[in-house]
Amino acid sequence: MVGEVFPPDETLPAGSSAGLLATVAGFVAELRSAGIPVSLTENLDAVEALRHVPLGDRDAVKYAMAATMVKADAHWKVFETVFDVYFAYRGEQYRLGHEPEDDEEAQLVSGLLGVPEGDAGGGMEALSAEQLAEMLYRALRDGDRALLAAIARAAVARYAGMEPGRPVGGTYYLYRTLRQLDLEALLGRLLDAEGGVGEGGDLDERLVREEYESRIDALRKQVEAEIRRRLVADRGAEAVARTVRRPLPEDIEFMHATREEMVALRRAIAPLTRKLAVRLARKRRRGRRGPLDFRATVRESLSAGGVPIEPVFKPPRPSKPEIMVVADISGSVAAFARFTLQLVYSLGSQFSRVRAWAFIDGIDEVTDYLKGADDIGAAIHRINTEADVIWVDGHSDYGHALEAFWDRWGRQVEGRTTVLLLGDARNNYHASGAWVLAELARRARHVYWLDPEPRSYWDTGDSIIGHYAPHCDGVYECRNLKQLERFVEQLG
Amino acid sequence: MTDPAPRFASPAEVRRALREVDYLADDGIAGVVFLAERLGKPVLVEGPAGTGKTQLAKSVAEMTGARLIRLQCYEGLDESKALYEWNYKKQLLRIQAQRVAEDGGAGGWGDVEEDIFSEPFLLTRPLLEAIRAEDPVVLLVDEVDRVEVETEALLLEVLSDYQVSIPELGTVAARQVPLVFLTSNNTRELSEALKRRCLFLHIDYPELEREREIVSVRVPGIAEDLAEQVVRIVRSIRALDLKKAPSVSETLDWARTLLLLGIRHVDTETATGTLHVLLKYQSDIDRAAKELAAPAAR
Ligand SMILES: Nc1ncnc2c1ncn2[C@@H]1O[C@H](COP(=O)(O)OP(=O)(O)O)[C@@H](O)[C@H]1O
Ligand SMILES: [Mg+2]
Repeated sequence: MVGEVFPPDETLPAGSSAGLLATVAGFVAELRSAGIPVSLTENLDAVEALRHVPLGDRDAVKYAMAATMVKADAHWKVFETVFDVYFAYRGEQYRLGHEPEDDEEAQLVSGLLGVPEGDAGGGMEALSAEQLAEMLYRALRDGDRALLAAIARAAVARYAGMEPGRPVGGTYYLYRTLRQLDLEALLGRLLDAEGGVGEGGDLDERLVREEYESRIDALRKQVEAEIRRRLVADRGAEAVARTVRRPLPEDIEFMHATREEMVALRRAIAPLTRKLAVRLARKRRRGRRGPLDFRATVRESLSAGGVPIEPVFKPPRPSKPEIMVVADISGSVAAFARFTLQLVYSLGSQFSRVRAWAFIDGIDEVTDYLKGADDIGAAIHRINTEADVIWVDGHSDYGHALEAFWDRWGRQVEGRTTVLLLGDARNNYHASGAWVLAELARRARHVYWLDPEPRSYWDTGDSIIGHYAPHCDGVYECRNLKQLERFVEQLG
Repeated sequence: MTDPAPRFASPAEVRRALREVDYLADDGIAGVVFLAERLGKPVLVEGPAGTGKTQLAKSVAEMTGARLIRLQCYEGLDESKALYEWNYKKQLLRIQAQRVAEDGGAGGWGDVEEDIFSEPFLLTRPLLEAIRAEDPVVLLVDEVDRVEVETEALLLEVLSDYQVSIPELGTVAARQVPLVFLTSNNTRELSEALKRRCLFLHIDYPELEREREIVSVRVPGIAEDLAEQVVRIVRSIRALDLKKAPSVSETLDWARTLLLLGIRHVDTETATGTLHVLLKYQSDIDRAAKELAAPAAR
């Protein structure tokens, strides 16, 4: 819906309204505490940009702010959340129970409730729960957006049971509202009503289902937004912003990622692998020129009366670099391992010469599992069940794994190979086998180690990273995407 | 430099104007183009391949009646290809000619030197061309993430001052700030300085409705129903975990293929039989074929 972002008395004369500046400054502070870097110039650019967009147009304001201050797609989601909270409903007219008159949607809501929104419980007599459910069903079936938005708001007013000052988070209210709406059952009903399968059979059925799912998803988002709006009205933007604050994808710790965060991570990894692949390909072509191509130079000189004006060079001879990834997939680094295998998996799609090994106390090559699999989940399942990564008891034994690696594959490491080791070097007090790293380092172009533990934990307890470090070209703390990205950047 | 009067009253107007040249923008795209014109700032457009980044610059040029000047970036692009170069070949030939003439006893070296570093011996490359333009231009720096850091720094310099100094000729300053679009497929992190200088626009795969409109506009003669089905299937395929999701250009290719084949309604068989137009990897094709053929229940 369209909403005035700034209180009306703050419409600026010449871009210098103190109110506007203060509001933007507050917003920028909020962005920064959410982890989005905003420089001073960008802050000023935003203020300048706001002079040109109609302040009554919420979306225009949002995109102007984003274009000037958010310079990475990965930051967009966090920006959007902060924006929605910070500019939820500033100003008197957005207090609960007050709706702008000319707002079609607001009228629908009052219509649905029978009384002005926010008058607690007032809607009950106006429309029965069954009637509201019926209305929702029809709105979903027809894809009626205005009606869906209105129903989302009415449903929150009716079912969330929000009370001023109550110290519960938004998820609680969301749960209460959605439980009453019973979207699962609604989806079933919508699909049943589609009844007979169309000419396309299964495909049509699939498309219809997905369309309804996407409408239901949109409804769910609207319910969420409405709850947030009410929370902001009750507690103020700053307080709510604190509770909805989430780490940026690049700051999520691999080792402690929730399921949902894992999805965000997975999405963020695609661009990173592309970068890594380009970086390695670039190295391959280092030195833009090959040797002088004499014959071509002479041929070229004919057009200049025999003066060899433009020497012609042969294309450089590419040496095919190869990456060997050796990853610890034991329990202590399970989340990290899943993630690194994902990285290897997507690298494989960019770059043919990637080979991978997984180990716990035994070690096995898993390149083909990753290549042949439909998706990473299936690949990891196969690795866990089929690959020969356990030797004795399934507790990490780097020493044994490394020695086994050396015996079977050591000779395949050559001057164009980069070896990438991934693991926390927690070795259950076994022998380190560090001599293998020394050998690898002698043969390979580079040996790097990425450790997912905080640096302060290194070499404490049974971590023996210090034994391996001297043989590596670099050992890097790699707890999140930001650090992984930094590693990738420095490769070039 | 002079600022021309603003051409558009609002982002909504930009959106309408772009639609008239067959470019379907969303609020984000229209908003950034609007601001770029108002603020005279370059736009950095980033996103997956085939989502309309390059087309945006072309369409904006068409929309504003400006001439499009394109600098296609590649690894190894340097100043001499981006900005200007002296035409060595021509210079050498001129010198040779001078020698011949000298045998006849005419002219001096000083004249030659002045001569060979003048306009006729200058090869103007896209950046200089954009700066010297007297007519309205849109400068497209395409796939900027492919150039090396040094060339990126050169770009930043030009985009900050809109002037170029050529030692032998002096400084050339722009008479107008051209609209500039830089596109990136994000294969490399661009410098903070460049990002700070630009308005940032991420273009992702379009929402269902916008993609349907793109198909309708770019594939003349396609029926509404078919267009709707095409974009729904594409959405379905994009939700799979693939090596490479289909882009807008692939959606368009597929729609054209279906139209050529005289398909009115896509069934599972047609879809799986033509998947190679939409997907580039065999493993992706297999994966999608399996999914599309499976019963809908999940
Ligand atoms: N929003 C859009 N409106 C109209 N056509 C589009 C749009 N987005 C993409 N296209 C079409 O898709 C194709 C690919 O676009 P292109 O600009 O080359 O992609 P990119 O530069 O992002 O790789 C072009 O044929 C273009 O016409
Ligand atoms: Mg392009």
